[in-house]
Amino acid sequence: MGSEALAFYAFGAVAIAASLLVIAQRNPIYSVLLLIASFGALSGLYVLLDAPFVAVIQIIVYAGAIMVLFLFVVMLLNAPHEETEYDERVHPLLRPGPMRFGACLALVLAIELWWALARGVDTGAFPGGAVTSVAVIGRSLFTDYAFAFEVTSILILVAMVGAVVLARRDDPRERRKPGER
Amino acid sequence: MVTLNHYLILSAILFAIGTAGVFVRRNLITILLSIEIMLNAVNLTFVAFGRALGSADGQIIVFFVMTVAAAEAAVGLAIVISLFRHKESLNPDSFASLKW
Repeated sequence: MGSEALAFYAFGAVAIAASLLVIAQRNPIYSVLLLIASFGALSGLYVLLDAPFVAVIQIIVYAGAIMVLFLFVVMLLNAPHEETEYDERVHPLLRPGPMRFGACLALVLAIELWWALARGVDTGAFPGGAVTSVAVIGRSLFTDYAFAFEVTSILILVAMVGAVVLARRDDPRERRKPGER
Repeated sequence: MVTLNHYLILSAILFAIGTAGVFVRRNLITILLSIEIMLNAVNLTFVAFGRALGSADGQIIVFFVMTVAAAEAAVGLAIVISLFRHKESLNPDSFASLKW
């Protein structure tokens, strides 16, 4: 087994194990920290795929910004444990409505995956000539995808304003200030 | 030798884990985290296909998916905060009424 395959299996195992633990944890703080580990492993996979730009923004944007936002909210809400109205020891297929549906869906996905594996068309090795240069990506981003790029900036502005408006505390005392209404 | 198939299978497993998380967990934060797992599985597919086709477009689409994920996380968490203020709960089953 070559070193590339070894790295692929190591990163893949870390990504799958961390993701499984994310949905198995009862405390959201552990879930968030494990998801950061999963993103680190995915970043390693992007390096193996000759995409250093994506690997770096995966760490900076996902692990650095989005997950820190999640962590802030988990700590702000101070509600670590999930309350459940059903018995945890009951098999997922015997639990109420949506959970049974979720378990069936997972089963269908597993069968589908097995079917796809059994058909297994061999795609062969990756061809040479990967696009790794940030300059090429940037040129494409500001020419072919210029419109989408500008729309993205508006999207982020809207999301920022929306988040501020939604999370603002609606204090009744503020409303009764003199001179307002 | 690692081929495109390997990456697609890994991505499918991660996506299935994310889907299972959305349905099995009863915590709004964990559900949002599961959505992030699914988005990352799709990102891996984009980068793997871009590599197989020798094109930069896969990486550019991943860039856009990440910005959408950031916007989604910001708005989603703001909604979670304002929901928590109303009901003091993160269980999605407690938000079944259309009006309070």
